[in-house]
Amino acid sequence: MAKLKSTFKNMFLSLFVISLVVAVLLAQVNKLTAKPIAAAKALKLENAIKEVVPEFDNNPVEEAYKMATPAGDSLLVYPAKKGDEVVGFAVNTYSNNGFSGNIQLMVGFDTGDKVVNYAVLSHAETPGLGSKMNAWFRDTAKPNQAVIGRNLSEGNLSVSKDGGQIDAITASTITSRAFLEAINKAYVVYKESDADSGATQQNNPEKKRKEERGGTHE
Amino acid sequence: MASETRTAQPATEKIMEYVGIIIVAIFVNNIVYSQFLGICPFLGVSKKIDTAIGMGLAVTFVLTISTIVTFLLQKGILDPFGLGYLQTISFILVIAALVQMVEIILKKVSPSLYQALGVFLPLITTNCAILGVAILVIQKDFNLLQSVVFAVATSLGFALALIIFSGIREQLSLTKIPKTMQGIPIALITAGIIAMAFMGFSGIDQVFK
Amino acid sequence: MNNNLKVIVNGLIKENPTFVLLLGMCPTLATTSSAINGMSMGLATMFVLICSNAAISALKNFIPDMVRIPAFIVVIAAFVTVVEMVMNAYVPALAASLGIFIPLIVVNCIVLGRAEAFASKNNVLASSLDGFGIGLGFTLALTLLGAIRELLGTGKIFSLSIYPENFGSLIFVLAPGAFIVLGYLIAVFNKLQKK
Repeated sequence: MAKLKSTFKNMFLSLFVISLVVAVLLAQVNKLTAKPIAAAKALKLENAIKEVVPEFDNNPVEEAYKMATPAGDSLLVYPAKKGDEVVGFAVNTYSNNGFSGNIQLMVGFDTGDKVVNYAVLSHAETPGLGSKMNAWFRDTAKPNQAVIGRNLSEGNLSVSKDGGQIDAITASTITSRAFLEAINKAYVVYKESDADSGATQQNNPEKKRKEERGGTHE
Repeated sequence: MASETRTAQPATEKIMEYVGIIIVAIFVNNIVYSQFLGICPFLGVSKKIDTAIGMGLAVTFVLTISTIVTFLLQKGILDPFGLGYLQTISFILVIAALVQMVEIILKKVSPSLYQALGVFLPLITTNCAILGVAILVIQKDFNLLQSVVFAVATSLGFALALIIFSGIREQLSLTKIPKTMQGIPIALITAGIIAMAFMGFSGIDQVFK
Repeated sequence: MNNNLKVIVNGLIKENPTFVLLLGMCPTLATTSSAINGMSMGLATMFVLICSNAAISALKNFIPDMVRIPAFIVVIAAFVTVVEMVMNAYVPALAASLGIFIPLIVVNCIVLGRAEAFASKNNVLASSLDGFGIGLGFTLALTLLGAIRELLGTGKIFSLSIYPENFGSLIFVLAPGAFIVLGYLIAVFNKLQKK
């Protein structure tokens, strides 16, 4: 079979048919994979929340809401409840002052101003240096660097270089500062949510509704 | 994801933001020595300084225009119609078409430059830097002006990387090098050392925050 | 059968895309910070190579000569998009670590190069095997590079600790290390080839 000649009609036709087939094929694959992709994203979020707050039996993702921060933007808050009582809040926080830019964290607080745990959602920090934040601040065997269990009502967290209580990651002060900045940001938002007793308000950053159901805690 | 809704920034802050983008794109996250994009032409075209300059200019031109077009394509057509999965294929087609047009225009407008660039022009299509920057700009959520600034700065970073490298390679061709290391191996090791030097720029952008 | 085996072995050694043809350098340097990343990138590229080589070979008489490059690009981009979507759906963590280099497979000179040099001139079976052979060569090269960088940089291979991380030289996992290790590997390959 000889090759098609390069006449204008042939060129146009062949490109058109190929593009059409490709477009249809991709649309089909897209349909097939759209659900698993969304499910994988949701699972990642759920797992991050599970990791950082005390045990709960509600659906924090469904009850999530945005809370405004003093800087003018907003963070997503996921309330964790057992029955009707709020047991903690997971806050999706970030800092843009990481060594390589944006760091996204999920921080979990219990109802007593304490950090329960954190999960690093995304970052571009240097492997072997800033990327150590995943384990460094979790190490409760080294109380000077652990962020877990810290009570932020005693004040914002900062690195020891800046006169604070936390030992920064060796050779990664900038990453450490950004990490703590994100946690402090989350705490401010948590405090406001806490004041509302976990209002199940959807996406209304300026209004703060009072909790009507049970679930009071001091 | 937490988004930022800034109130109007004072003018100096905005300028510093753009200066920051430029410095980061050229030095801190240099497209070749840090992001690993554009390596193929980087290794292939860097034997002489003047071809390096020509390639740098060509890439700057194509990269900037393609970033604008793909940006408009993404925001104007792909996003509104939920066709995000067609990003790869539509972007590369835009780039291929653009390079073709540049070739035709260059042939008419400046035949000497066309001759000088020779076979490198069509190769720009497969320059991962072009497609890479087009995608990065969407990922970083820049607006159109930031994207253009980023594109121009990135290509300047590419040109810089290329010119430094070709300067050194011209020198290398005059020195004695063990046989197994000649050519690409020593070039790569040189690139590695330059990459180390560029790592020294890390953290400069903190000044602009 | 011997001919087909030759085609595969060709991609592994004589025309190894990384060490001999020196193509596809961008993903080679960028995705080899660990053995598993290098291997995944190689396998993803291999999949695209086999599919696009086969498709282009099947369509070679249907594509007029003057539009062959755009046509090849459309076919290759289609398979790359499929890989992208499937990876995002079933191995999202891996897809995230390979990042922008998955869609960049479409401009990997290896894929377009093979389409032009082999698939457009040979039958479907031979083209598929060529895609497999070249892809295998690429995967082995990337896995090797990734393993060396991971071992020297962090003391691990495929996340198994061989020696304590503190004794590793971080530089190998970072940008300069990629260039340097690849440079030496090519030199070694050249030396072995000459024998």
